[in-house]
Amino acid sequence: MNAPEFQRNIPADSTSPAASDRLAAIASGQVVPADIHAEVRAEDPLIRVEKFNLSYGAKQVLFDVDLPIPRGKVTALIGPSGCGKSTLLRSVNRMNDLIDTVSVSGGIRLTEDDVYGRGVDVIELRRRMGMVFQKSNPFPMSIRENVVYALRINGERNRRVLDSVCEKALRGAALWDEVKDRLDESALGMSGGQQQRLCIARAIAAEPEVLLMDEPCSALDPIATTKVEELILHLRGDYTVLIVTHNMQQASRVSDYTAFMYLGQVVEYGPTVRLFTNPHLKETEDYITGRFG
Amino acid sequence: MAASGRSSVRAISLLAQGEPMVWLSAFGLVMGLVMVTSLVVLVFWQGLTTFWPAPVVEITTRDGAVVMGEVTRSETFRPEPSLVAGLDAEAQEAARAEMARRDGRLHRRLVRTGNFELTGEHFRWVEDFGVSPEGETRPAWAIVYERRAWGRFYGTPAGFVAGDSLIATDPQEIWNLYRRHRHDDDAGEFAIRTATAAGQVKDIALNDIVRAYPANRLSLAEKAGLYLGRWWEFLTAEPREANSEGGVFPAIFGTVLMTLGMTILVVPFGVMSALYLREYAKQGWLTSVVRISINNLAGVPSIVFGVFGLGFFSYFLGGGIDALFFADKLPNPTFGTGGIMWASLTLALLTLPVVIVATEEALSAVPDSMREGSFACGATRWQTIRRVVLPRSLPGIMTGAILAMARGAGEVAPLMLVGAVKLAPDLPLDLHFPFLHPERSFMHLGFHIYDLGFQSQNSEAAKPMVFTTTLLLMGIVLFLNAAAIMLRTRLARKYTGSRF
Repeated sequence: MNAPEFQRNIPADSTSPAASDRLAAIASGQVVPADIHAEVRAEDPLIRVEKFNLSYGAKQVLFDVDLPIPRGKVTALIGPSGCGKSTLLRSVNRMNDLIDTVSVSGGIRLTEDDVYGRGVDVIELRRRMGMVFQKSNPFPMSIRENVVYALRINGERNRRVLDSVCEKALRGAALWDEVKDRLDESALGMSGGQQQRLCIARAIAAEPEVLLMDEPCSALDPIATTKVEELILHLRGDYTVLIVTHNMQQASRVSDYTAFMYLGQVVEYGPTVRLFTNPHLKETEDYITGRFG
Repeated sequence: MAASGRSSVRAISLLAQGEPMVWLSAFGLVMGLVMVTSLVVLVFWQGLTTFWPAPVVEITTRDGAVVMGEVTRSETFRPEPSLVAGLDAEAQEAARAEMARRDGRLHRRLVRTGNFELTGEHFRWVEDFGVSPEGETRPAWAIVYERRAWGRFYGTPAGFVAGDSLIATDPQEIWNLYRRHRHDDDAGEFAIRTATAAGQVKDIALNDIVRAYPANRLSLAEKAGLYLGRWWEFLTAEPREANSEGGVFPAIFGTVLMTLGMTILVVPFGVMSALYLREYAKQGWLTSVVRISINNLAGVPSIVFGVFGLGFFSYFLGGGIDALFFADKLPNPTFGTGGIMWASLTLALLTLPVVIVATEEALSAVPDSMREGSFACGATRWQTIRRVVLPRSLPGIMTGAILAMARGAGEVAPLMLVGAVKLAPDLPLDLHFPFLHPERSFMHLGFHIYDLGFQSQNSEAAKPMVFTTTLLLMGIVLFLNAAAIMLRTRLARKYTGSRF
């Protein structure tokens, strides 16, 4: 990407503070409204993050986050380390509940259901979402059992159902041809890239509504990364994907929409192409071109 | 000034390189290895040679006495001056010559002479200077008898007695008759008339003889056969002669059964405790206190556990069971005394910290990413533990079980209080209903070693058995461990294959 392609294009009616002031204002603790492009607003959101705040003990890490996640699209979260993008991702399926000191306010809605509502069955909720982690985490069992894990814990015993789900998920994760002859071998004997694709197969086996990916390629070599990226492109349409990534090229390659976060707040959120070629805000451009972060 | 400054810098840099630490740690390892190896070699050598048949010597001393028997050990000693002064001229001369040669010391041998009912002793020291010239021979027909009572008998056959009549006097003929009749139903009707070295004669009934052999006529193959036969008897037979002869089968059986019982009791309890501590409990000062207490428990002397086991398990629980179910047998206790179940429970308590600590370590070695992955799939905490955490930590848990087993199998002190006995009349597992008798007292190899070594009237005869029994106990622990390690390796291969 060449610098001349970027041209600042701040709408005249923008109510945002002066460009250089915005990050400073966030850093000083002010809550600055995000610049959310109209194209995002026009989409049908599957998940709506609304005025979401999260603290680890006394330390607040997410501030009034508003983020509609479009249905059937790939949405990327980018931003410098510690900006809260992983925390936001893990808030969607309430993985942060595992940490004792977490407190939240505001809400996240999955379709019409309030994720943080009273009496919500977290187990049931997590079954509606698949998650892929930064480090591949296959379970100490066979490849087949890894893939059908979500069904197993749900009590599915029918061998034919399990086999067909297993094959479908592995084909979906572009892994079937590599492992179809050793489904009963330990998953821990696979290569790193295969393990990560196995984790994706596991995440999509139960046909979740959402696929959450937390830097899924950061521990992979370039070839494995390419395969996973192709897989994400392939999954687009069937699944709503929310992906956290450190890698700007990756965000530009795989995502439809990109949100740029900074210190627990969303700065700008729009179609990936717009954000990478013609962002509204200078801060976004500075980050994308590597001038800070 | 500059030179001294540089040298001090060099001294520091040597330490910083860690070179001395390499040597120091290597030294530590070597010391440890040497000590362990010498112990193992000692046990092996003594344990393996005990059953090898030794030749029988007949020694005539200068004072005219004749002793016959096997040399069991020898030593040099520094004699009291009065000892030498009190000898007659000839012996004094021999003793002084030997002392001059041996730097003031004398050599003597301990001869197992047996024949206790005639001589009142099992062993006799024979000083080298006291042996008359040409006074040591190996009689061709010296026979060693291992008997059901009174210990060994050494002598030469003088006749074969059937009923009241003497039917043979030639040694070879007597020996043939013995071999023909020893397994007869009426073996008690026959006896070997045996002359001792001191000239006394005794008829030894055939059914009193466990084993007899002409020690100095044995070929190598016969010796080997005798050696294996003795091992076989040791492993499969009941003890005789206040445990100093015969086998230790009841002790092997008791040890294995007690150890397995202990493992079956301790592993589930330990694993559940560790699971709660590590997976469910909120980490805080309370869990820290519990952990410290568990570690302290590992430092409590084992005899204290024995006292607790006696008081709580035997007297309180066992007494309660007796009062409820065996009231008609009181005041004779059924459960209210030492028994194999109480011993297993006591040792389970003793080894609980080992299992808890090992399991906790195994659980904490399971990466959190695995747990998160399972939760993200919608698993509950218990599903996560059962399907992911436990399989992954199973090899570590097995290690804890192995350590506990090794610790428990070698423990003696608490067992003396809660059920291990010198001689148990019945095995705790037999063919009579209800087959397993958890209330019965039992024999244990560790206790057997203590009993042989320190409680035996005939301690010289029992001493070699200490080594064979130790060797056996080591072998059993090794076997149990090897079995568990093989299981662990299989599990580890199944659950934690490596990526590289």
